[in-house]
Amino acid sequence: MPRMALTRKCRDSRLGAGSTVLNLIELQEIMFKNYYTAFLTIRVRQHTSTHTPAKWVTCLRDYCLMPDPHSEEGAQEYVSLFKHQMLCDMGKVLELRLILRQPSPLWLSFTVEELQIYQQGPKDLGIWFQVSPTLPASGQYAFALQSPSMTFPKWLSHPVPCEQPAPLLEGLPDPSRVSSEVQQMWALTEMIRASHTSTRIGRFDVDGCYDLNLLSYT
Amino acid sequence: MLQEESDLALIIAQIVQKLKGSNLYAQLERQAWASLQRPEIKLESLKEDIKEFFKISGWEKKLQNAVYSELNVFPLPSHPAAPPEHLKEPLVYMRKAQGSWEKRILKSLNSMCTELSIPLARKRPVGEQKELLNKWNEMGTDEPDLSLFRPVYAPKDFLEVLINLRNPNYENGDSHSFRTHLGLIQVPLKVKDIPELKEFFVELGLTAGQLGIDDSTQVPPELFENEHVRIGQKVLSEQDSAAAQQYIRQGSPTALRAELWALILNISSQPEDILYYEQLKTNVIQHDLLVDSLIYKDVKLTASNDDYYFVFEDYLYQVLLCFSRDTSVLGHFAYNSASPPKSYIRGKLGLEEYAVFYPPNGVIPFHGFSMYVAPLCFLYHEPSKLYQIFREMYVRFFFRLHSISSHPSGIVSLCLLFETLLQTYLPQLFYHLREIGAQPLRISFKWMVRAFSGYLATDQLLLLWDRILGYNSLEILAVLAAAVFAFRAVNLMEVTSLAAAEAVLADLSTLKVMPLLQIFLFATVT
Repeated sequence: MPRMALTRKCRDSRLGAGSTVLNLIELQEIMFKNYYTAFLTIRVRQHTSTHTPAKWVTCLRDYCLMPDPHSEEGAQEYVSLFKHQMLCDMGKVLELRLILRQPSPLWLSFTVEELQIYQQGPKDLGIWFQVSPTLPASGQYAFALQSPSMTFPKWLSHPVPCEQPAPLLEGLPDPSRVSSEVQQMWALTEMIRASHTSTRIGRFDVDGCYDLNLLSYT
Repeated sequence: MLQEESDLALIIAQIVQKLKGSNLYAQLERQAWASLQRPEIKLESLKEDIKEFFKISGWEKKLQNAVYSELNVFPLPSHPAAPPEHLKEPLVYMRKAQGSWEKRILKSLNSMCTELSIPLARKRPVGEQKELLNKWNEMGTDEPDLSLFRPVYAPKDFLEVLINLRNPNYENGDSHSFRTHLGLIQVPLKVKDIPELKEFFVELGLTAGQLGIDDSTQVPPELFENEHVRIGQKVLSEQDSAAAQQYIRQGSPTALRAELWALILNISSQPEDILYYEQLKTNVIQHDLLVDSLIYKDVKLTASNDDYYFVFEDYLYQVLLCFSRDTSVLGHFAYNSASPPKSYIRGKLGLEEYAVFYPPNGVIPFHGFSMYVAPLCFLYHEPSKLYQIFREMYVRFFFRLHSISSHPSGIVSLCLLFETLLQTYLPQLFYHLREIGAQPLRISFKWMVRAFSGYLATDQLLLLWDRILGYNSLEILAVLAAAVFAFRAVNLMEVTSLAAAEAVLADLSTLKVMPLLQIFLFATVT
């Protein structure tokens, strides 16, 4: 089963170890929830057609997650990183390594959680890998990667062109690049539409009755 | 970049979706239909002609104002993977702290309920309803026995909770080190320093005219005041919210203030709004809530005792009692770290169809809550308009002053900003006060929680609230608090106890707000 490597540079320069192979995927998007990591570097090892051994290439260098490493800003934010933000081509990735840096001594630990990777497969479906969110505080990491346990949302398997949220700007260069973004936007607007609050009726009672128990704590 | 385009499309989708349910949408639709009769609307260019019509008739401006209002109030859509709690408050430990604090409040309210054997809500008998309707405009003359009621909490209880707020991932350590803050707040939120504040509040600088400074009697009005009033009238005639917000950063002329605030908050008294207020009034007449007694008690203890505000006592009841019944306020909990208290209809415990919020607007008033309304009574005399203005001010600003969140305008950030400013720019004073056991925040907290209402003279308070609206931020409260300490620093250096320090800072009614702010931000040698 494909696995992921996560390396963490601690203040005392301990590095995590353990990595295995991803099956030649083309990376679209990496999504995660930050937990007090200040800077992120991503390196990939790609498959090359010749028989030379694949080299590690840095595709994202010192991406800033927390503008001020000593304060809470950005410390627990959800982050998405896309193919177009990477320094190199993300096709045929064999291994992926995330290097987390947190220079401030104020924090007890730092990591990233809920890591998900979207790939562009041959059938143009997004598949994501879920990484176990609990990482040990130091040293080695071994992750078990669960196969996607949730069902694909409808829009992935049946991309029905529903009401567009807003017209995209004219003259976008690459249709295939755009299509993946548009798919996500459809999903977002569907999500918003599905979660819209009920209309304001103004009634606070139930059928004229507002005789209450005590307030509940849950 | 494609990311920004999809972000923009998402924001547009969100705003369109919100506005679709509003009055404005229905009105625009009606106007569009009505405009078809006009000769300049041609079928071939229908869309363009209607758009042109909207532009000329001022409807486009109304739409612009509505969109601007949405952008100001609602946070930008967050990452699609972020759950709704994340939008309320991104930091998990703060959410937890807010949850525990709320639980304490609920326990307190429940115990008051059982001790006094008074139900949380009860339907009024018809006779009582008639009596209340007759007395509606003079509820202040009522003298119910409120001796057994006590406020659910006071600002100082809330301060203790904030003092004990800790990030579990933060190395506090037992001994004092560079990690422990010297003030009372121990969470490392990002706050602005003076250079950043100078940039943020650039319109308050020494080279710009200000109402509150440049309209004093010694300054000839031709220098600034006349021109400023003229621009204000122009802004009002254009009915442009964004322009009004920019304009009011330099203060609002007294005559124009009511209209300017209404324009910035995007409040226009439509017949539907007046009807809505009347509906709330009916709800008050029909049901009696326990929180009503809390409101009565609060008004009697605070506003009625205040020299400036006691005349408005009746207005305060008319606004606050209706406010408690207003379910539209529930919408702001999407971006408020707090959550509305829940209960069930008697006998239907646990059944979701019988779950309700209590009070209907989800906001439990605390000691001093009525002071948020009192200054507005100087500007608005029509109850439904006064109500709308207060409600909008609450869901934009005041809710942040009594809930635990990491937002830059939240009370925790304001406290930390105050303490940091004082430490950085008045270190001797800060050290001295700390040594005598008079941590400055213990004195200034109550000013900030009430947005200085009841502490400053009313004209000064309104000048301060002008800037809150203009900058769409409450940070000015922390800056003013630090400026007040700076102003009275000489006296404060001589005190030797907390009580004496409180006495030095007890009376702020003679202070002039704008000169203090200007000196602290722009004229202090650092």
